[in-house]
Amino acid sequence: MSLMQMEDVRAYYRTEAYGISRSVRAVDGVSLELLENEIYGVAGESSCGKTTLIKVISGTVKPPLRVESGRVDFNFGDFEVDMLKISPEDMRQNVRWKEISYVMQGSMSVLNPVRKISRTFEDIVGTHQGIPDKKAFREQMREHVMRLGLPPDVLTLYPHQLSGGMRQRVAIALATVFHPSLIIADEPTTALDVVVQRGVLHMLKDIQAESANTVLLVTHDLAVHANVADRVGIMYAGRIVEEGPTQTIFQAPRHPYTEHLINSLPVIGDKTVKKSLGGAPPNLADPPSGCRFHPRCPLAMDRCRTEMPEMIMLSERHRVACHLVEEGRA
Amino acid sequence: MSANEKLLDVDHVTVSFHIGSFLAGGQLVAVNDVTFALYADKPEIYSIAGESGSGKTTLANVLLHDLEPTEGKVTFEGRDLSTLKSRRDSMQFMAKVQPVFQNPFETFSPLRRVEEYLVETAMQFGRAKNRRDAAKVADEALHQVGLSLAEVSRRYPHELSGGQIQRVSVARALIPNPRLILADEPVSMVDASLRMAIVNLFKKLRDEQKVSVIYITHDLATAYYISDRIAIMLRGVVVESGPVENVLGNPLHPYTQLLQESVPKPAATEREQWAQHIELGSTEVREYGRLGCKYAGRCPHVMDVCKTKVPPEQEVEGRTIRCFLYNDGAMPETASPVQTGNLETA
Repeated sequence: MSLMQMEDVRAYYRTEAYGISRSVRAVDGVSLELLENEIYGVAGESSCGKTTLIKVISGTVKPPLRVESGRVDFNFGDFEVDMLKISPEDMRQNVRWKEISYVMQGSMSVLNPVRKISRTFEDIVGTHQGIPDKKAFREQMREHVMRLGLPPDVLTLYPHQLSGGMRQRVAIALATVFHPSLIIADEPTTALDVVVQRGVLHMLKDIQAESANTVLLVTHDLAVHANVADRVGIMYAGRIVEEGPTQTIFQAPRHPYTEHLINSLPVIGDKTVKKSLGGAPPNLADPPSGCRFHPRCPLAMDRCRTEMPEMIMLSERHRVACHLVEEGRA
Repeated sequence: MSANEKLLDVDHVTVSFHIGSFLAGGQLVAVNDVTFALYADKPEIYSIAGESGSGKTTLANVLLHDLEPTEGKVTFEGRDLSTLKSRRDSMQFMAKVQPVFQNPFETFSPLRRVEEYLVETAMQFGRAKNRRDAAKVADEALHQVGLSLAEVSRRYPHELSGGQIQRVSVARALIPNPRLILADEPVSMVDASLRMAIVNLFKKLRDEQKVSVIYITHDLATAYYISDRIAIMLRGVVVESGPVENVLGNPLHPYTQLLQESVPKPAATEREQWAQHIELGSTEVREYGRLGCKYAGRCPHVMDVCKTKVPPEQEVEGRTIRCFLYNDGAMPETASPVQTGNLETA
């Protein structure tokens, strides 16, 4: 069953200064479907439009960002929402945090530094639902954190008293208070070291397995996707270039960019020389013509410089946008 | 120069901080009896790895002569760092040991053009007398990292990508012709696709410029890829050290085993092992205060002796390790040189 259907969305940042208007095409023609009960991973370099994609999905589009065209439809089971037309009031009362919640990268800036964790819980629940009985609520929150495997003492502490991994797990606990249908995790473990990263991702996976909801996991670390995601989408310069089940993406990538990303990862036990990709990520205010990857692509042909490749379905769940694949050369 | 002259000799270095209030505080031993050496005739990449809060950066500060060790001494090219008092001595030392930091956008002021830093470094360390010569020196250094002065001139830090600006900061470090580069988490802020460019650069410097690199990181995969030797730190103590193929290829210390297993593999075939549940450490301060092995609270093979006695250093299968599991039954009678903090009692 599909939870979200996104069709050909274009979201641009438009700025106007001294009569010169500029637009940054951060999300440019993305179609995406999120299913119920899955972990969908989005991978890509910095400034490839990952965060803008999240903004469109979570309905936090604010100027200068504008959605130029496309549709984003959610189906939460008992009601449907058109994310691009929903009123702010409806969003606050019914959708935000109750159906869609958000775990951010820097958990220190999510948690209010001068309020205890329990007060942050009260703030969030109070805003969206109201707290009729404070005592019962505190007991409920204690149970909630304990169920997630955190010591209930964290509720009585301030954010600075927690370690980075603990703070990130508290942020996940906050995001799951209302058992939302969709949890968006934006680089949740990027600042953490490997052991803590493993613990935090285990918690996220357990929550997903238990409540059978959807997690949208955004990170540039492909090794994380390999171990956590069910399906992976690779973004480059505002477009999805390849998407498929995790196994397929890692064992038989078809797009040259995906292939490069996977082959450049260092592995313990392997000392062969790994090459990095030349060039820099493209400027989205003036993206390259044709396939946006062509200036850095080792296999680029003449056609790639002029013609934008269309998405090709390789199998029911594996799709790729590349002329080489279309012509049967890769 | 004799065959095995030491470039850098770290001899039983201990750094302890006083924490808590003036009367009721305790000692936190951030770097605990660390010993290793780099040799002048054999440039190498030496990694120091461990979780956050294991004393890696404090050790780096000692090696850069920013912090005096509480005990032990650091010798660079035969000179004890604690004897560097005059400005001239310090400048000479700084010319030979150069740092590269974690976040390149914080190393460079956003209000200054990046070339200013390169020119200034060249003039300060006497590589150039005037700005024109300095520009030439800067250009040479930039060429070594795959950039050119024309590419970065008149640019501000925000106009360069993360990978480019980190390469500029390596170029800056190269200007005084250092013998040793100390890189503290140089790739953790850089995108995965650009990481390899920086990491390959360190390899090239070692092979072509004969520069030794101390690479401080928590990313074990890149550490394995570039380094010759590695030291695994846990709460200030080096628990296992030796050639990287031995230490990471076949880890013996339970903590190294945990670290090595936790590195997610970029293949979707080995998900089960990584998904096995682990125990996360209690708060850092509590582990620092442990009397015996700092890992005893989390170790799956913990024995009684681990909780009270500090494991001695011993050579096992081509590496140095501190773990009672590899001790042949005989407990050391002599007092251990490792200090333990008194946080439990404080």
